[in-house]
Amino acid sequence: MTSLLSLSGVQTYIGRYHILQGVEFEVPEGQTTMLLGRNGAGKTTTLRTIMGLWQAKSGTISLAGEPIERLATPDIAQRGVGYVPESMAVFSDLTVKENLVLAARNGPLDDVQLAWIFGFFPALKKFWLSRAGSLSGGQKQMLSIARAIVEPRKLLLIDEPTKGLAPAIVMSLIECLKEIRRRGVTILLVEQNFHAARELGDQVLVMDNGAIVHQGNMGALAADVALQEQLLGLSLEAHQ
Amino acid sequence: MSGIVATDTLPKPKRDVTPLLLPVALALLMLPLIGSMSSWVTLTVASLAMGMMIFIMASGLTLVFGLMDVLNFGHGAFIAVGAYVATLVLLPLASWAQADSLMTNLAVLIPAALLSMGVTGALGLVVERVLVLPVYGQHLKQILMTTGGLIVAEQTLYALFGPQIIPLPLPTALRGSFVMGDVAVSKYRLLAMLVGLAIFVAIELVLNRTKIGLLIRAGVENREMVEALGYRIRRLFLGVFITGSALAGLGGVMWGLYREQVHASLGDELTVLVFIVVIIGGLGSVTGCFIGAIMVAMVANYGGFLVPKLALVSNILLMVAVLMWRPRGLYAVTSR
Repeated sequence: MTSLLSLSGVQTYIGRYHILQGVEFEVPEGQTTMLLGRNGAGKTTTLRTIMGLWQAKSGTISLAGEPIERLATPDIAQRGVGYVPESMAVFSDLTVKENLVLAARNGPLDDVQLAWIFGFFPALKKFWLSRAGSLSGGQKQMLSIARAIVEPRKLLLIDEPTKGLAPAIVMSLIECLKEIRRRGVTILLVEQNFHAARELGDQVLVMDNGAIVHQGNMGALAADVALQEQLLGLSLEAHQ
Repeated sequence: MSGIVATDTLPKPKRDVTPLLLPVALALLMLPLIGSMSSWVTLTVASLAMGMMIFIMASGLTLVFGLMDVLNFGHGAFIAVGAYVATLVLLPLASWAQADSLMTNLAVLIPAALLSMGVTGALGLVVERVLVLPVYGQHLKQILMTTGGLIVAEQTLYALFGPQIIPLPLPTALRGSFVMGDVAVSKYRLLAMLVGLAIFVAIELVLNRTKIGLLIRAGVENREMVEALGYRIRRLFLGVFITGSALAGLGGVMWGLYREQVHASLGDELTVLVFIVVIIGGLGSVTGCFIGAIMVAMVANYGGFLVPKLALVSNILLMVAVLMWRPRGLYAVTSR
C-alpha cells in the first residue's frame, strides 16, 4: 500500500509552546486514517501543520512524494488537499450556494457532484439560498464537508466532524464519509467519537504529548480494550 | 447552478435597518432646531456631499482594515498625493478648467482624476510591498511603519511644493448653484453626491455579484479558510489595497476642489476623520462606512451651524455615542 501523505520528525511551535515534538506517520492512499488522542495531544495542530496554517519548524511533510512543508496554504490546497476545521468555518454572511461556489475553485459547480452531495445532505439543497449563518450546527458541518468535496480532492483533513452533533446527523455524516472513501479519496480524520472512529477507520494513529504513540489497524485497536485504556484512558466498551 | 430550487428557506435574519435610518432621523430631528427650511436643505445637501467624499476616502481603508487586519495610518498620504497630482494637471491647464464649457472643463477634470487614481494606486502598490508586507499581523509595527510613511509623504510634498496653500479653483461649469425657490443646491456638491453614490453602488455590486466580491466578503470573515480553499488572499489584499489607495486619491481630488485649495498636511488632517468613519461603520463594512461618513458629515455641519464650538469635538462625540450603543460599530462584519 503506497502512502499518500507522510510526516517525518515534524516539530511545530505555537509562540513559545512546543506542540508537535517529532511527529512521524504515513497515511495510506485510498484509506481512512483516524487520528485519536486526548484533548491537547496535538491532533488539530497536526492537521493545521499539514495544511500550512502553522509552519513546521523542522521535519518533512510529503504529499505523493512531494515535500509540502514549506508551501503556503493555498499551494497545498491546490495540490488537492481539502480541509474541514473543527470550527467548521463556514462563511456565515454568505449563502449555502455562495459557500460552495467559492469552494469550486476550478470552475462552475458540477451538477453531478452537487447531486451526489445533496443525496447525503438534502438540507443543503433545501436551504440553498439561505445564509450559512442561519443554519443549525449539523447543517453547518454538512456545508463544511460539502465545501471540501465539491471538487475532487486527493486528501481530506477533517477535524472532529461529529463534535456536538445529534446521533442521527452523526450517522448520516458517517455514511457520507464512507462513500467519500469508496470513491478513492484518502482521509485523515481527527475524531473523539470512538463509535464513529471504529465505523470509519482503516488505520489508526494515537497521539499524546505532541507525538505518535501508536499506529496500526483500527479493527485491532477496537478489539483490544486494554490497549484502548492504555492509550486513550478509556475504552470503546465504556461507551457502548 | 442558479437552476437549483431551494425547496425551503430558513427564516431570514431581520435586516438591521436601524443604522440606515439614523441619518434620516438625525436630519428630521434637526429641522425644527434649525428653523429655516432653506438653511436645513443647504446643510443637509452639504452634509451628504461631504459625507460622500469622506466615504470615497474611507471605503478602501475599511476593506483593508477588515480583510487583512492592517492598521494603515498612512492612508491620508494617498488623499494628499491625489489632490496634488490633480493640481499638477489642473493648474497648467487652467484655461481649460476655467473655460465656459462643461465639456472643456470635464476634458481636463476627468483625466486629472484618473491620473490621480493611477498615481495613488501605484503608490499603494509600493507601500503595500515595502511598508505593510513585512509587518503583517504586527499591529504596533504597522502603526509605526504607516505613520512613518505618512510623515515621509507629507514632508516630500513640503519639499516639492513648499509649505504654502495652493489654490485649486473649481472648474467654471461646476461653480454656482441650482436654485429652486429659496433653496440653492451647489452644483459641485450635487456632483460629489452622485460620484459618491455611484462608487458605493459599484462597490456593493462587486462585493455581492462577483466571485472577487465573494472572496473579499469571505476573507473579511475568515481569511484563513479562504486560503485553505486554495485562494491567495495576499494577492486579493494587494488588489484591495491598490483600489483603496486609488479611491483615497480620488477622494483627495474631490476634497481639494471642494475646499478649492490643497496643502501638504491635507492627508494628516483627514486621517483621523476617515478612521473615525471606519470605526463608527464597523471594520470591514462598506455599508457601515457609508452611513458613518454621512453621520460624521451631518454632525459636523448641523453641529457647526447650531453650536459652532461643538464642531471641534463632534466627530469624537459621535464615535463615543455609536460605540456605546454598538461596541463593534454600526455593522459588525468581523469579530474584531
